[in-house]
Amino acid sequence: MTEPVIRVVGLGKSYETAAGLFPALKGVDLEVRPGEFIAIMGPSGSGKSTFMNLLGCLDTPTSGDYFLAGQNVAHMDKDALAVLRNRTLGFVFQGFNLLPRMSLQDNVALPLVYSGADKETRRAAAREMLDKVGLGKYADSLPSRISGGQQQRVAIARALVNKPHLILADEPTGNLDSHTSEEIMTLFSELNREGITVVLVTHEPDIATHARRQVRFLDGHIVSDHLTEAAPA
Amino acid sequence: MMLKAMLGEAWLAMGANRLRTALTMLGMVIGVGAVVIMMAIGQGAQYAVQQTISTMGSNLFIVLSGSFTAAGVRSGSAGGPTLNVADGEAIAELEGVVNVAPTHQGRRQLVYGSQNWSANVVGTTPPYLEARAWTIASGAAFGDSDVRSATRVALLGKTTAQNLFGDEDPVGKTMRIQQNPFIVIGVLGSKGQNLDGNDQDDTVIIPLSTAQRKVFGTPFLGSVRMIMVQAESADSMQRTMDNVTSLLRQRHRLREGVPDDFFMRNLSAAAESEAETTRTMSILLGAIASISLLVGGIGIMNIMLVSVTERTREIGIRMAIGARQKDILTQFLLEAVMISFAGCLLGLVLGLGVALAINAFTGMVIVISGSAALVAFAVAATVGIFFGWYPARKAARLDPIEALRYQ
Ligand SMILES: Nc1ncnc2c1ncn2[C@@H]1O[C@H](COP(=O)(O)OP(=O)(O)OP(=O)(O)O)[C@@H](O)[C@H]1O
Ligand SMILES: [Mg+2]
Repeated sequence: MTEPVIRVVGLGKSYETAAGLFPALKGVDLEVRPGEFIAIMGPSGSGKSTFMNLLGCLDTPTSGDYFLAGQNVAHMDKDALAVLRNRTLGFVFQGFNLLPRMSLQDNVALPLVYSGADKETRRAAAREMLDKVGLGKYADSLPSRISGGQQQRVAIARALVNKPHLILADEPTGNLDSHTSEEIMTLFSELNREGITVVLVTHEPDIATHARRQVRFLDGHIVSDHLTEAAPA
Repeated sequence: MMLKAMLGEAWLAMGANRLRTALTMLGMVIGVGAVVIMMAIGQGAQYAVQQTISTMGSNLFIVLSGSFTAAGVRSGSAGGPTLNVADGEAIAELEGVVNVAPTHQGRRQLVYGSQNWSANVVGTTPPYLEARAWTIASGAAFGDSDVRSATRVALLGKTTAQNLFGDEDPVGKTMRIQQNPFIVIGVLGSKGQNLDGNDQDDTVIIPLSTAQRKVFGTPFLGSVRMIMVQAESADSMQRTMDNVTSLLRQRHRLREGVPDDFFMRNLSAAAESEAETTRTMSILLGAIASISLLVGGIGIMNIMLVSVTERTREIGIRMAIGARQKDILTQFLLEAVMISFAGCLLGLVLGLGVALAINAFTGMVIVISGSAALVAFAVAATVGIFFGWYPARKAARLDPIEALRYQ
């Protein structure tokens, strides 16, 4: 059996609040194999974002271990985590998070700036990714000139530009209408078919049916973990 | 992250809020401009003093006649000079003495044709010219024989020559001092102002004997009010002055306990202290100007702090896609340094412009040195890094999640 992309053991995260420590995640175990497509669901406040931020190396757990592509990242320092965010995984946010003053091409190329690629490589890779998400012709536009759905495509292109094997997305369709959401999910499905592992959070059951496995959170625990019954063709 | 890409980004960030960038820069522009102007003026003043000192003649001191009664009560000049030409000759024999010139001077009216001019008339001996490092611009100097036979010859300073003779060549012409005709035998090279701001070229030099007989009318022939002495070197100055003191006390038969009947003044020391004063002034000016540079630096820090807060979300996004702490640090530091450098460059131009304008309109001596520009640049870079460091570090230490959540 192949090594899991993600292996999480007893992962916990407590936030310091005015009222004392608040446990948002209470010992979660999960394994994600290469090529899987997982939807994480659950009510508001159940710890989904907390969990995704840990998976995305944006935050560090207060307990437990997290093995990303075999190495334990739970106790890595900030800069080591930055390198992982840059090379090993791509993160897509609900709010797109593009830099407003940069052209779409420069936005997509930005991760390559931090990995030290030269200008020509950056330009070529950003073009390729923009073409892949169907926005090549807007390369020189600013984010404000395109629609939300298009902005999310750009954000996905940016997540892909360093050729990671893992894409994480926290409610990527949360700000989009249902038609556009479908298009974005189709894009994720395509990427998954190309072999990229996808883990995303969604509130909507329709969206979740694009995934092949659904994990449900409640109150900081995983309460169910099953394959999608009516997987799309 | 690569420097070139970062420079481009810093440039974009500066362009994103042009007015603010320009105002921040203005602080640096004024700071650096002030430093450049102050240094130009300060160094100019030092240069001017140095220049004046070099025209005065080096290692000079003067012995002035004083008149004391036996009881030590000073009776003023009425008592008559206590020095004489023979004293000068004796001083000249001392070791370490290069030139000795008994001198008698005073302001007198000169007449040539219909022109009148009042100038400082100096009666002295030929070593005077050497001690004061006077050059002869045209004609020739007088010699010892002129002093011996009290000939009526005169050397004119440039100012005197111009005012009395205009465009005419004075050499060979006859002019009058106190009704006495004098033949101009030479014109002196120009020296400019002395340390007191008096025009050294407003002068006439004539043989001492002639001056005493025809111009000043000294009661005791051979007595003088002043003897100028040039020592061999700066180091031997004090020793030579001490030797002159004991020699004169001996010659004047002053018993122990009786005060000197003469004074001595070290001209070179006075000049040195003047030079020291301008040096101090120049440092003070620089220090005051540096304060405005400091204020400019604080302006940069202030704006960078605002910028970091405003761009918290951007920082979060950059971190989320892989910016390390040092990448963010470098980015903000680079912005601060670029603003500081651009401000410095403009300040340099402004400073030079104003310094040149000051020179053009007031004639004040200014000195613009490459080292001053270099210092200003180094300081600007340091200010940029120093004041940019704290905001940049603040940015770099942000937590990615917190930063992303910032609205
Ligand atoms: N920085 C924080 N400090 C304190 N409490 C926090 C913080 N972040 C999240 N929480 C709390 O942790 C719990 C889980 O939050 P989380 O954002 O993971 O939920 P979620 O499942 O993503 O919800 P949603 O569906 O609304 O996005 C919530 O009760 C939230 O209030
Ligand atoms: Mg959430």
